[in-house]
Amino acid sequence: MINVVESSDIAKSFGPIMALDDISFSVNESEIFGFIGPDGAGKTTLFRIITTLLLPDKGNMKVLGMNATTHYKELRKNIGYMPGRFSLYQDLSVEENLNFYATVFGTTVEENYNLISDIYSHIEPFKKRLAGKLSGGMKQKLALSCALIHKPRLLILDEPTTGVDAVSRSEFWDMLNKLRQYNITIIVSTPYMDEAIRCDRVALIQNGKILSIDTPQKIRAGFSRKLFTVKAIEKYRLIKTLKKNPEVMTAYPFGDSIHVTLINDSSDNSLFEYLVKEGISDAVIQEAEAGIEDRFLELMEKA
Amino acid sequence: MNEKVIYVKNLVKKFGSFVANDNLSFEVSAGEIFGFLGANGAGKTTAIRILSGLSKPTSGEVNVAGYDAYRQTEQIKKNIGYMCQKFSLYEDLTVRENIILYGGIYGMSKSLIRERLADLLAKLHFQEYENRMISDLPLGLRQKLAFSVAVLHDPKIVFLDEPTGGVDPITRRQFWETIYETASRGITVFVTTHYMDEAEYCDRISIMNEGKIVALDTPEKLKKQYNAASVEEVFIKIARPN
Repeated sequence: MINVVESSDIAKSFGPIMALDDISFSVNESEIFGFIGPDGAGKTTLFRIITTLLLPDKGNMKVLGMNATTHYKELRKNIGYMPGRFSLYQDLSVEENLNFYATVFGTTVEENYNLISDIYSHIEPFKKRLAGKLSGGMKQKLALSCALIHKPRLLILDEPTTGVDAVSRSEFWDMLNKLRQYNITIIVSTPYMDEAIRCDRVALIQNGKILSIDTPQKIRAGFSRKLFTVKAIEKYRLIKTLKKNPEVMTAYPFGDSIHVTLINDSSDNSLFEYLVKEGISDAVIQEAEAGIEDRFLELMEKA
Repeated sequence: MNEKVIYVKNLVKKFGSFVANDNLSFEVSAGEIFGFLGANGAGKTTAIRILSGLSKPTSGEVNVAGYDAYRQTEQIKKNIGYMCQKFSLYEDLTVRENIILYGGIYGMSKSLIRERLADLLAKLHFQEYENRMISDLPLGLRQKLAFSVAVLHDPKIVFLDEPTGGVDPITRRQFWETIYETASRGITVFVTTHYMDEAEYCDRISIMNEGKIVALDTPEKLKKQYNAASVEEVFIKIARPN
C-alpha cells in the first residue's frame, strides 16, 4: 500500500498570517480522509497546495509518489478537485459542463460514465438546464460528476456539504462511500464535526495546526476525563450556576444539555447536591460518551 | 413566557400558481428559542420574509411583535433584529462605525447609541478593537459583535440564519450561551439552519416540507415520536419517508 499523500512540515504564510504551520500527515490509498476544522483553520490553503495550485513556503508535499511542486503537470491529470465555491460554468448547461471537463482532460463522458452514473443519474433529467439555475444539492452533484469524469486517483473536496440540507448531505456521503470500489482516494474538508464519523480517518485542524489525526473512534476515545450531561429546564441559569462551582472544570452547552467535566471525576454526587442547594432541583446528571466535538474542545483548551 | 410574539394562522403565500407557503399555522412565545427547519426550497425563506415585514402574505393571519404583517410592516422591521453567518457587518467600517450605523438605521437616539456602544465594548471586552476594521477581526469576535448589533435596539425577536456555521467549537459554545442569555431576557430567538446539531439547542422546532409545516414540537418529543436518536434522523425520516 502506498501513501497517496505525504505532507511533511508544510508551512504557508500570507503576510503576517500563518495559514499553515508545519503540517505533516499521510493519506493511505482508497481511504476517505477528512479535515475537520472551522473557517480560517487553513483547510483551503492546504488543499490548494495538495492540488498543485499553490506553492508552500517550506516543507515537502508528495502526491501519488510525485513532488507537487515539480511534477504538477503530471499530477493535475490524476487529481479531481471540487473547490468550496461553485466554480462550474453557470452559463453552460449541465451536459455541456460535463462534456467540457471530459474534453479538457482528454477523455469522453462515455468512457468513464460508470464512475459517475450513480451521481449523475439524479441530475440527468435536467441535463439541458443551465448550471447556474440548479438548486444547491444539484449543483453539488454536478460539481462532483465534473471532478470525477477523468477518473482521478485522488479526489479533493473542499467543504462539499456546506449550505446543503441534511438530506442531500447524507446522500452525498453515501455517494462518496460508493466511490471506494474504484480505488479512488478521497480527501474532504468540513467545518461540521458530525461528518467526521463518515471518514476513515480525520485530522482536526485549527489555526493552521493539526491537533490530532486518527480514526473517529480513537479520537473520541482520546477524551481524557469523565463526561457528564446535565439537563434542567432553565438552561441559562444552569450553565451560570455550573460555572460558579470550583469543582467544575468545563461546562459547555451541547444541544439540549450541558456537557460538564469535573476537576475530580468522582464528585458527580456532590454536583447534584450543589445544584439543588443553588435552587436547581430538576437537574438530571448522566455520564456520557464523548463525541468528536468534545475532544476537539479539549484539544483546543490544551493548545 | 406565554406572551405570543409571533402568531401565524393559515398563512398562504403564492407566486403565480406556485404555493410557497401552504396554510402555515404556528405561534412563538417571548423568550423562546425556536428552530425553523426545512430542506432547500421548502419555503422557509418566503415565510421569514413575511415574518420580517419584507413581503406580504397572500392570505391568512400574521402578527409579529404585536404588529400586523399586511399593514404594519415598518413597525415590524423596527422590532426585529437579523443576523446571518455570511453577512451582517460592513467589513470596511470599524467596530464603532458599524454600531453607530446600525443604531441610526434602527432609529435610536444619539445618546442611546453612545450608551449602548460603551456597554457593548465593555461587555465584549472590545475596547481595544473600537477603531479596528471589521475585516481585521478574528471570525469569532466578528460573530459576537454581529449578534450584539442585531439586538442593539432591544428587538422583540431576533432572526438568526445558521448562526454558528463554520466557527470553532469554543466560539460556538460561547455563542449559544449568549443566545440563552438573550432568551432569558425575554427576547425571542428564531433560528433557521441546515445543521441539525444547531436545531438540538432550540426549545421547539418546526420542520417544513414542500410549503407545509409537517412537524412542530420540542426536539426531545420529536425524537421520541420518530424513534430517532437525533434531530438529523427525524429530519431525514420526514423529508425522505422511504
